[in-house]
Amino acid sequence: MLNMLRTDGAPKPPSRKMTDTNLLMTITIVVFFAMYICSIVFLGEGFRKPQTMLNLISTNSYMIILACGLSIVMITGGIDISVGGVTALVAMSCAVYLEMHDGNVFVAVLIAIGIGLAFGIVQGYLVAYLQIQPFIVTLAGMFFARGLTTIVHTDPFNVTNEAFVTLKDSRITIPLLGSTTKKGVYIPATIEIGVIVAIVIVAVLFCVLKWTKLGRSFYAVGGNRQSALLLGLNVRRTTFISHVICGLLAGIGGFVYFMHVGSGSPSHASGAEMNAIASSIIGGTMLTGGVGNIVGTLFGVLSLALIQSIVASLGLDDPWWTGITIAAMLCIFLVVQSIIIARRKKANKAAGAV
Amino acid sequence: MPNKKVLPPNASALARITRHQIIIPLAALLLLAVFNLINDPSFFSISLKPNSNGDQILSGNIISIIDNGSELAILALGMTLVTAASGGQDISVGAAIAISGSVMLRVLCGADARAETLQAPIIVAFLVACLVSMAFGAFNGALVAFFKIQPMVATLILFTAGRNIASWINNSQLPIVKEESFSYFGNYIPGIPIPTPFIIAIVCFIIMFLVLKFTNLGLYVQSVGINEKTSRLNGLNPELIKLMTYVILGLCVAVAALIKVSRISTINYSVVAKDIEMDAILAVALGGNALSGGKFSMAASVIGAYVIQFLTTTLYALEVNAAALPAYKAVVVILLVVMSSPAVKEKLAVVGKKFRKNGAAAEKA
Repeated sequence: MLNMLRTDGAPKPPSRKMTDTNLLMTITIVVFFAMYICSIVFLGEGFRKPQTMLNLISTNSYMIILACGLSIVMITGGIDISVGGVTALVAMSCAVYLEMHDGNVFVAVLIAIGIGLAFGIVQGYLVAYLQIQPFIVTLAGMFFARGLTTIVHTDPFNVTNEAFVTLKDSRITIPLLGSTTKKGVYIPATIEIGVIVAIVIVAVLFCVLKWTKLGRSFYAVGGNRQSALLLGLNVRRTTFISHVICGLLAGIGGFVYFMHVGSGSPSHASGAEMNAIASSIIGGTMLTGGVGNIVGTLFGVLSLALIQSIVASLGLDDPWWTGITIAAMLCIFLVVQSIIIARRKKANKAAGAV
Repeated sequence: MPNKKVLPPNASALARITRHQIIIPLAALLLLAVFNLINDPSFFSISLKPNSNGDQILSGNIISIIDNGSELAILALGMTLVTAASGGQDISVGAAIAISGSVMLRVLCGADARAETLQAPIIVAFLVACLVSMAFGAFNGALVAFFKIQPMVATLILFTAGRNIASWINNSQLPIVKEESFSYFGNYIPGIPIPTPFIIAIVCFIIMFLVLKFTNLGLYVQSVGINEKTSRLNGLNPELIKLMTYVILGLCVAVAALIKVSRISTINYSVVAKDIEMDAILAVALGGNALSGGKFSMAASVIGAYVIQFLTTTLYALEVNAAALPAYKAVVVILLVVMSSPAVKEKLAVVGKKFRKNGAAAEKA
């Protein structure tokens, strides 16, 4: 009874308590900057140059795009493990098209987007309208994409198409961040085109998730399907759209990856899906759905990339260290997340019981 | 898909049969068998041939299915329990096999990767590997049970680190076991024409069957999977039961690792048991078990595992490129799950009813 009497005071003042989404994202961002500052202070030299950071972003721009797509699916309460396979398939198809059929770069982009959309639509239909578990559907999608990659072409090869190589090697100069070498030569700071694509996608998705009806319905469906349905949301369509967006982003991410490596190979982007999922989780997205943020995902990707380069620069050259540190980081983040959420639940319960 | 509908007593025989969960993998198995029979009847031929050691062994496609499907079937046992109890899957089994196999080789060969003699008895190496892989299982289980992390995410940690840890244990070396008796586990014991992995798998099935029959493990696992809160109110300890299923899976992993390592007497950390986690999960799904936990059928999972191996061998017999194999597998899997999805089932039922009505109307006329 007491509970009911106090309903007027029930909505918490938003200024004092952060939502789960913001809290988890804040942790990631703080950890990222702490790591960056530590590496600048203790490891010095290399990390002090802005170009190091920009290279990190350039290398991982495709991962940012993939992880963004995954975040949307995960916020909606699903999972997509086919993104790595789609990336490899896109890279291989574009490579074959450009190299062996002397294709046009613009058409190659269309091919990439087409492949991504096709995967998104088929998987989304199976998950949303036929209600098959997303894990199984996208697992099959991953197998299919990987298998198809080798059917398209079996051996790795480089692309020598002129227009494409020009696009691949073009860099965008950022003013003020360049550095001067010991000889006094000024080297401008540059980024790849993929970074611009990634930033645009992050910005668009951030706005979509924050301010559009579609974006909010992703959270609603992921948070609680039943109540989303009762609110009159089209749960199936929302799930479908989340998969289509993820597929589309996998296609775009695949092309950005292709622009970065400039070759086609069946072993490209192996394990990318798991890295993308890990980045999403570190960025504060929860696999149960309803919690997550695109900016968090961005920092999740960057944190993973940063820790890899820290491990490399610490002189731990043995190949196993990268995997082990990523796993350790993932473990710590997961445990912290789970403890925070459990505490929060307890606090909420206690607040409700008074 | 556990069918909870209670059928009326006068339901048709067909409806009675299709009620059983095991029908899904059996139908798939039958379909594959019929396909092979039509395509190439010699697929099923079994012959007794001498192997490189001069022993008489059975050979043929069927033998290779039951031989190569053993690891998968053993993993499916543990995976079924994990799925049922925690409503999620362990995606680290492949990596755990790498760790377990690596430990086994480390104990057998000691620090010298090219040791001429065994540094420890095989049984000791196996037990150590069991302990290690149970410990990793317990790690996964603790994350899932006590920290309430979704199983797929919790096991993602070991998935990322596993193969790295495995190569770390042996310092990136690839030890080779020279002792011949070690290779018996993955190949043939002289004098016995049946592949040893299949015998090991059968022993595992029997043990699992006895455990489920004479203990309450199965019941407890299902009740935790169906409703954690009610099982707690009934005096069960859901955390402990979840943890236990992961430890059991760890044990299955160690057995599978023994077979895998013994097959080639060495290990390749990045390739050994690659993608087996996906196959094991598929086996559970093909067995008609709900991946969201709850009721399970162990026999259906095991048959599901052999269906996958059957499919693989069939595709090899059709001379499909090994690297392109996953694409065909995916198509078959999607067809199977689409057929068994509730939405499609409903539509099929409606079509079937209409058909029957039309038939009845035609009879009357």
